[in-house]
Amino acid sequence: MSIFALDRVTAQFPEAVAERYVDRAGGAWAVIHADWLPKVAAFLKNDPELNFKLFGSADAVDRLHLAENDPRFEVVYFLYSLTRHEHVRLKVRVSESKAELPSLAPLYRGADWWERFVWDFYGIRFTGHPDLRRILLYEEFQGHPLRKDYALRDRQPLIPERPIKDIFRGPGTSGIA
Amino acid sequence: MADSDIAPILTTRHEEAMGFFQRMVSKGLGWARKYSLFTYPYATACCGMEYMSVAASRHDISRFGAEFPRFSPRQADLLMVVGTINLKQAPILKRVYEQMCEPKWVVAFGVCASSGGFYDNYAVLQGIDRIIPVDVYIPGCPPRPEQVLDGLMMLQEKIGSQVHRIADRGQPNATAAHHERMLSAGK
Ligand code: SF4
Repeated sequence: MSIFALDRVTAQFPEAVAERYVDRAGGAWAVIHADWLPKVAAFLKNDPELNFKLFGSADAVDRLHLAENDPRFEVVYFLYSLTRHEHVRLKVRVSESKAELPSLAPLYRGADWWERFVWDFYGIRFTGHPDLRRILLYEEFQGHPLRKDYALRDRQPLIPERPIKDIFRGPGTSGIA
Repeated sequence: MADSDIAPILTTRHEEAMGFFQRMVSKGLGWARKYSLFTYPYATACCGMEYMSVAASRHDISRFGAEFPRFSPRQADLLMVVGTINLKQAPILKRVYEQMCEPKWVVAFGVCASSGGFYDNYAVLQGIDRIIPVDVYIPGCPPRPEQVLDGLMMLQEKIGSQVHRIADRGQPNATAAHHERMLSAGK
């Protein structure tokens, strides 16, 4: 798959790559140090041989309940090369106390909304992002719901609810069972 | 003979007459209303597909007098909440409901609208009856068109048997007092 691309990256920035592996489906992954992320991404995008011009998606993993959970978050980037027809998968680990990464939005326009998504649901800030707001939830929302320590049924309604006493439907937002 | 002696009898006669009149008017109005429902399809999720199916020619909801989807709440008297309502959407739904003119009815279409369905999480309102009153709940994920038609007929039955309140000039604040009672009963 994109082992070639990762070989190029390793050759170019030997100290940027912390770890590399190939998953069961044959996809090549690289764990990148956070400080190197913009340089590695710029290299992958602009190198004429690699040409990873398409920002596929970004997401995060909260590893709170996994055996290996330090640092807590892993942000995952999927890039695609339109000339080589292959993906490259990058991971960046970030701790809970820092929860901050350099933004790729100045480099890839497609990264803009994905980083807002990661901020919205995992609370990881992206420095240098032009407009880091919540993307799906409302601004009044407190906390980041895809973090594993977000309470299971913590709902934050925008308008008061009618009291309904005659139906049992589990714990509700109004505190009425 | 004092005035107070005949007053109760006169009141009873008045009430009887009003009652008869009210039943006649209610029957006629109910019959007229139940076959001219104008739906506002508030379709937010996958149940919307089933709504399209029930509104299209195969199942054809207009056979039952719910002829025409109106996309303005001002022109509609039946709010069909079709699909998942999340907490961000809830104020919008409430406003649409408030914009509709009386008399108005609400149908919760599918389990998401009725109870939140399997979305028991941070984002989803656990049933639209937590914000607006609901007349008929249609279960199913999504409900079959037959179920929707059945629900519609239940609603028509309900509309047909609703009592129309006739304003009584003797009690100018009857409606306000009634609201007051309803509110304190609901608490
Ligand atoms: S009840 Fe089922 S089909 Fe209907 S909106 Fe919910 S998930 Fe979709």
